[in-house]
Amino acid sequence: MAHEPPPGISVSVPRLVFGGTLLFADLSCRFAAGAWTCLLGPSGVGKTTLLRLIAGLVEGGRVEADDGRPLAGRIALMAQQDLLLPWLNVLDNSLLGHRLRGEGAGGRAKRERRARELLARLGLGHRLSALPAELSGGMRQRVALARTLLEERPVVLMDEPFSALDAISRHRLQDMAAGLLDRHTVLLVTHSPLEALRLGHRILVMGGQPVTLREIAAPPGPPPRPLGDPALLALEAELLEELAASDARMEEAWASAP
Amino acid sequence: MGVRPLITALGLLVCWQLLVWATGAPPYILPGPLAVGRVLLARGDLLLEHALVTATEILLGILIGSLVGAASAILLTAWAPARRWLMPLLVVSQALPVFALAPLLVLWLGYGMASKIAMAVLIIYFPVTAAFFDGLRRTDPGWLELARVMNARPLAVLWRIRLPAALPALGSGLRVAASVAPIGAVVGEWVGSSAGLGYLMLHANARMQVDLVFAALFLLALMALALYFAVDRAARRLVPWQRETLPET
Repeated sequence: MAHEPPPGISVSVPRLVFGGTLLFADLSCRFAAGAWTCLLGPSGVGKTTLLRLIAGLVEGGRVEADDGRPLAGRIALMAQQDLLLPWLNVLDNSLLGHRLRGEGAGGRAKRERRARELLARLGLGHRLSALPAELSGGMRQRVALARTLLEERPVVLMDEPFSALDAISRHRLQDMAAGLLDRHTVLLVTHSPLEALRLGHRILVMGGQPVTLREIAAPPGPPPRPLGDPALLALEAELLEELAASDARMEEAWASAP
Repeated sequence: MGVRPLITALGLLVCWQLLVWATGAPPYILPGPLAVGRVLLARGDLLLEHALVTATEILLGILIGSLVGAASAILLTAWAPARRWLMPLLVVSQALPVFALAPLLVLWLGYGMASKIAMAVLIIYFPVTAAFFDGLRRTDPGWLELARVMNARPLAVLWRIRLPAALPALGSGLRVAASVAPIGAVVGEWVGSSAGLGYLMLHANARMQVDLVFAALFLLALMALALYFAVDRAARRLVPWQRETLPET
């Protein structure tokens, strides 16, 4: 959807303390242009903080696009909660960014047409004038996805966007997101190894305090990968074991912390 | 709301009448509801004329007080210097009993409606401002962060996110305003006036026409109730997306 080529992103954090814990020390990482990078790791390891750092919502590190231009204004954020405004209907919620930037009436008709098309593709064509309270959790999250996509930003940050959904909605939404955000620079924070293995071009596991990043070889084939793939399922089991061990280590570290 | 509250009220009226009959209290001390009803009918014109004055004072007071209060809350939200310079003053101003100002208001603004409207405005200004400002500064941080990543204009964030999110709080402030505004108007009338239900009550009281006092009181209560329910309804209309979570009674 984005017209400009998506940039890669490099992050370097000398030192970042959050909630009394040293999360990052001398952390540097790069996220590839035009690809999905999935971030896995135990709770509290700093996944969300890293995402917020890149979004410019947390200070304390250097975040640069590798085309040398500033990142501000080129990022769309999709959080864990849908963050729909309860007084706006589906269509208006999906176009929130344009309203908040006060983009003139000039392109309004065109923007609205695009929003209608997209919402129809996401299966919401018949609920355009519904308020969020009238929608199911899955529908609300689809509106949030539409709002993210309609920003038309080359970089998309997603923080466990599908984790609150039932298995079927999650599966469908993953497929839609993978299709619609093809050729974007996407950073997806997730708790689910399976989600990372289905959607990631690259998979990074965050662990330890301060954080170290370890890359896991993604399964072959383009995302979204079919669930029935035996290689994918074997990798999931392996990853789950590793994350569980890492989670236990984190809890021990916390228990022994002063 | 069903008939049950009405039955309760009727029961109380019957008890009142029985008390009057049983004690044989003279009508210039405690008239029964029947006597009050007779006065309501016999002197309806007089009562209505004064009620109209008081109602105008209350309504204008609410209108002006709510507008000024809401505008102040928005100013405090949008403009940091206003918060630093005016907020302490606003809080301290509440330490001043507004009723004590009534004589001054009458002195400055005269015996007419202006001093009573000013009184009502003063008494509702703080609850409206405080409630609305409270709502305006408690916006969900998630929405604000989303707006920030979207490069929203600050004014658009105020207008399209903070303000609608604070409307339920404004509604609470307006409900309080509706219930205290009549007090402001009546106190203003007591201190110095030539018309209004407060004026009528004061004079009737001095002439031992206690039944007329009660009739005026009845009209005042009726007006206050009507006002409260009207504002309550309007406040609900203001936020159709907010669902009530208490079961219906």
